[in-house]
Amino acid sequence: MIQFSPEKINKVNEIIARYPEGKQKGALIPLLHLAQEEFGGWLDAPVMDYVASLLDIKPIEVYEVATFYTMFNMKPVGKYVLEVCQTGPCMLRGSDQIIDHIKNKLGIKAGETTADGLFTLKPAECLGACGYAPMMQLGKFYKENLTIEKVDQLIEELRAAAATAN
Amino acid sequence: MKLLLEKAHIEGIRYYDTYRKNGGYSSVEKALKMSPDEIVEEVKKSGLRGRGGAGFPTGMKWSFLAKPEGVPRHLVCNADESEPGTFKDRYLMEFLPHLFIEGMIISSYALGSNTSYIYIRGEYAWIPDILEQAIAEAKEAGWLGKNIKGTGFDCEIYVQRGGGAYICGEETALIESLEGKRGNPRIKPPFPAVQGLWMRPTVVNNVETIAAVGPIITMGGDEYAKLGAGRSTGTKLISACGNLNKPGVYEIDFNLSVEEFIYSDEYCGGIPNGKKLKACIPGGSSVPILPANLLLHESNGNKRLMNYESLSEGGFQTGTMLGSGGFIVLDEDQCVVRHTMSLAHFYNHESCGQCSPCREGTGWMYKILKNIEYGKGKMEDIDLLWDIQRRIEGNTICPLGDAAAWPVAAAIRHFRDEFEWHVLHPEEAQTRNYGLAHYAEPRTIVAAQ
Repeated sequence: MIQFSPEKINKVNEIIARYPEGKQKGALIPLLHLAQEEFGGWLDAPVMDYVASLLDIKPIEVYEVATFYTMFNMKPVGKYVLEVCQTGPCMLRGSDQIIDHIKNKLGIKAGETTADGLFTLKPAECLGACGYAPMMQLGKFYKENLTIEKVDQLIEELRAAAATAN
Repeated sequence: MKLLLEKAHIEGIRYYDTYRKNGGYSSVEKALKMSPDEIVEEVKKSGLRGRGGAGFPTGMKWSFLAKPEGVPRHLVCNADESEPGTFKDRYLMEFLPHLFIEGMIISSYALGSNTSYIYIRGEYAWIPDILEQAIAEAKEAGWLGKNIKGTGFDCEIYVQRGGGAYICGEETALIESLEGKRGNPRIKPPFPAVQGLWMRPTVVNNVETIAAVGPIITMGGDEYAKLGAGRSTGTKLISACGNLNKPGVYEIDFNLSVEEFIYSDEYCGGIPNGKKLKACIPGGSSVPILPANLLLHESNGNKRLMNYESLSEGGFQTGTMLGSGGFIVLDEDQCVVRHTMSLAHFYNHESCGQCSPCREGTGWMYKILKNIEYGKGKMEDIDLLWDIQRRIEGNTICPLGDAAAWPVAAAIRHFRDEFEWHVLHPEEAQTRNYGLAHYAEPRTIVAAQ
C-alpha cells in the first residue's frame, strides 16, 4: 500500500501549512519530490493518486504537473541517476566527451538504464554549475569539475556501495 | 568595492552567530526603525536594477505594488536561476544565506508581506537546507515570526523547490508553479503587482536584487547610487564560465573594462593554454554573442565596460546585454555553430509549449542547426534560420521566445561565414573547427594601447 510513514506525514502537514487555507495545492511540487524519494525514484500513477488525495485535488491536476517538470521521472530509473549537463557552457569544457565515455563504459544510450538496474544516464540541461564544468547531478548533490578519471572512480565507488548494501 | 561578497571569506559566515558578530542584521535593525515607505524611497534613490536579467528599476517595481484594503500581499524571491552561464544566486545562497535573508526581511517589511516565499530551482536540492537553517536562526533571534522586535510586523519566510523548468524563472510562470501548476506564463496585464500569487498583489525579485537591499539601507540610497557608472549603480555579481583560467563568481565595479575582467589575474586570469578569445556571451545564454573585437570595444572604439549601457552600446548590431551576468567565454577552438545548436536544444527543451511560434520554432531551429553542424546543411538553411528566429521574437506571451531567437540571430549576424563554411565543407567541419577566421586578435589590440 502506498502511504507515507508517520514521520513523513508530519513533514507533509508542515509543508501544507506554508500555504494559506484553501491554497494547499501550492504544496504539490514539494510533495511530488517527497513522494519520488520515498516510492522508488519515480512517480507511478498510484503514487500520484495518493498525492492528489493528500491535497484534496483531482488526480489529473497531479499528472499534468508531474509530466511538465523534468525532475519527475515518469518511468522507473536505476539506483543511481547520472544527470550530466550538456548545455553550452558545459559543452565548452568537454561535457560531450564525458557523456560519450559514460555511454561506452556502461553500454547504454541516453535515457537508458543498465541491465543490473544500477545506473541511468539522463543528459540534463543547464544545472547552474557552469563555472565548475563539466558536471553532473547525482541525487541531492553535484559532482563538479569532472574528468574521465573522476567519472571512472565515481562509477566504481557507486558499484562498491551498491554491492555492500546488498 | 565589495558590498555583497565583502564577508564571503570569513570562516563560518554561513551561521548566524558569526554573521551577527561581523555586523550582520544591523541593516534590519536600521530598517525596522524606518517606515516601509521610507525604505521604498531609499531603494528608489539607490537606482538598483533587477539583477535577474531584465534590469528593471527595483524601487519602481515596488512602488507599483497595489495595496487594496484587507488583501494580503506577497514578496516572492526568484531563486530559480536557470539561465545557462548563471550561477551567482547559488553562490549567495550557499555561502552568504544570512545576507540574503536580511534582504528578505527588509523587503518583506517594506512591501507589507507577512508571508514571503523563496522559489528555488529544484536541482539546487541541498540549498533549501542551508536557507531553512538560516531562517530558523533568524527566527530564534527574533528577526522573523510574530511582532518582530516590537514593531507589530509579522513575517514568515518559506522555501519552495521547483521541479526543473527554466520557464519558471519567468515571474508569472514562477507564480503558477508556486500555486502548484504547470509553469505556463500568464498574459500580462494584469501584472503581478496587481494580481500575482493567488491573485494577490505580489512582487517578484531576484536573489541578488534582494541581497543588495541590506547594503542599500546600511549606506543609504544616495551613497549606493554614487557607486557604478551612470544608470548602472552599485555593484554586480558576474558568474564567469567557459574557457577561462579562473571561472567563478566575482563582484565587479561597473567601470571595469571587459578586457580587464577576462585577462587580469584579479578576475578570470585569461584563457587557458595561451589560446585566443574568439567570442563571448556576457549576460547569460539568451543575450547576443559577440566576436572578440566587438566584445572588447564599443563601435566608437572606446573600451567596452562591464555595465548595462556599455554592453548594450549600438543595440544588437554591435552590442549585447549585461543580462543576468552569466559570462560565457569561447576560445579559438570552439565552434559557434555547435554552441548555438546546443543552446537551441536547450530552448526547445525548455519551451512550455503554450505559444506556437516558440513551441514549433525552437524545434525547427534546433533541427536546422543540427543539420548544418553535422554536414547536411544547405546555404538557404541559414536564411531560413534567420526567418524563423525573426518570427518567434516578440510573438510569444513571455520572453522565452526572444531568449531563444536572439542567440541564433546574433550567431548568424556575426559569424555567418562560419555557418557558410560548414555548408561548403561538410566533411572538414566534422573533423576541425573554423577557428578565429577574420576576427581581430584581442592580444594585439591590448598591445596597441
